[in-house]
Amino acid sequence: MDAAAEHLAQLVELLRTDSEQLIHRWVELTAPSLRGRLTEAELHSDSRELFDALQQALATTGNVNDSHFAEVKGLLEDLSRARARQGFSPSETAISVFTLKQAVSELVGQQDDQNLYRQVLTFSTLLDVLGLRTFEAYARTREGIIKEQSEQLLELTTPVVKLWDGVLAVPLVGTLDSIRTQIVMEKLLQALVDTGSEHAIIDITGVLAVDTQVAQHLLKTVMAARLMGAECTISGIRPQIAQTIVALGIEFGDITTKASLSDALRHALRRSGVDVVATARSGR
Amino acid sequence: MTELGTESARLEIIGDDDVVRVRQLARSYAQQVKLSLVDQTKLVTATSELARNTLTYGGGGAAEIGIVRDDHRTGVRASFQDSGPGIPDLDLAMTDGWTSGNGLGLGLSGARRLVDDFELDTEVGRGTTVTVVKWSR
Amino acid sequence: MDRVPILRIGDVLLVSIQVDLQDQGVLDLQEDLAEQLSSISARGVVIDISAVEIVDSFIGRMFATIASVSQLFDADTVVVGMRPAVAITLVELGLTLGNVRTALNLEKGLEILRGTRGRTGLEWAQPPPEVTR
Repeated sequence: MDAAAEHLAQLVELLRTDSEQLIHRWVELTAPSLRGRLTEAELHSDSRELFDALQQALATTGNVNDSHFAEVKGLLEDLSRARARQGFSPSETAISVFTLKQAVSELVGQQDDQNLYRQVLTFSTLLDVLGLRTFEAYARTREGIIKEQSEQLLELTTPVVKLWDGVLAVPLVGTLDSIRTQIVMEKLLQALVDTGSEHAIIDITGVLAVDTQVAQHLLKTVMAARLMGAECTISGIRPQIAQTIVALGIEFGDITTKASLSDALRHALRRSGVDVVATARSGR
Repeated sequence: MTELGTESARLEIIGDDDVVRVRQLARSYAQQVKLSLVDQTKLVTATSELARNTLTYGGGGAAEIGIVRDDHRTGVRASFQDSGPGIPDLDLAMTDGWTSGNGLGLGLSGARRLVDDFELDTEVGRGTTVTVVKWSR
Repeated sequence: MDRVPILRIGDVLLVSIQVDLQDQGVLDLQEDLAEQLSSISARGVVIDISAVEIVDSFIGRMFATIASVSQLFDADTVVVGMRPAVAITLVELGLTLGNVRTALNLEKGLEILRGTRGRTGLEWAQPPPEVTR
């Protein structure tokens, strides 16, 4: 056994014999930063689990990249994910790892052993690495949450509404990006099938700007609707957007465009044989 | 291009029914990596075109389909290999409407529009390999 | 392999595609339809693809061929029930199909053939210009 391995064994022994005391102190140090949003019992069980896994891994190796640390890392990622979902900040999450350093050094400080002290330094470097991992896992979870929320927002902000029997409309509002446009258009086409509607109006009165890609998606939607046996009208093209479309050289071809939503509706009704002047539901 | 992992399968393309098998295999991987329905359809259609190319112009060959991952995303990769005559004029072959057989000439150029990554390797007299990837968005 | 059945409803021939068709199956269907069209005087052909998950260029070409053949027998062809994902994919693929008419569902397809309604989805648009993503 070389010197480093011997020191490691010494540290593991220390962690084992004083585990109760260490975990107790660790929880004590961590608790204030979590400010009562997690019960002491929960924190205690989290900490014990992590401590046991850490102790087990260290019994084999001091190398954090070794496969023996897989369980420790797994636990840390679970913990970070849970904390991120509970609304803790990244530092509040990482501190749960870093406080163990303090707990251990307090314990070792009582003993006058140079070698052990050096070993504690190595241990604390190892904890730094593990602490950083919580940041990564935390960030990934938050990104996931942000993505979920923006998808929910998308659902909320782009309703497909029925204007008349057989006439659907999507009022688009705000800034259109490529992905959002695609999702909305898929939703519109599905709604045509579900309701058996043969007319759709895409109203872009509330759209601030269109780029080439967005315009292409709109055009492709109109073509896809035709393949399915339905007609799309684009309404509410504002002057600036009309100029952009011309400047970008986008061909709207034979696609019906109307100045306003009401013009588009009148057009759709006429095509489906409904006369607006007569009593509301004549025709079909 | 990203390498295939263990989640992959290889299919010989020697007959009509193999084109259908390629479609089904591509569909099952596309569902595994949770591609959206539209992206699934685009990928499966592209593999159908490419498998038929392998059969018709390459005189048969093989397809290798599987899941690929990079740092941020997962996707499906499909690779089609034949030892046919190869493609002498690539630019021409990639043009909409051009065909050396009796197809609509949308096979290669159409398939390229349906996927995210497209790679074509061909040598006259040696054969052609086309590899495509569709990433989950 | 089983052939796709062709049903006769009055003077309309109805084809409902329920399986993932092999290329040979596509050719068989074209042949069978031409046979039927020549033996009875049908007003039109309805191809129901509501169960079809993908349409590639080979199947797309079948629609165009059937439409052209049926025109020779003075019959119209309507493709009904195309799924949104299939339609989006076909637009991206850049497929143009000439004189194929389309309808959202079987009922509307039959209405078109009975001439009780205007022509919709008559001409398929040109493929979109190249877009890089």
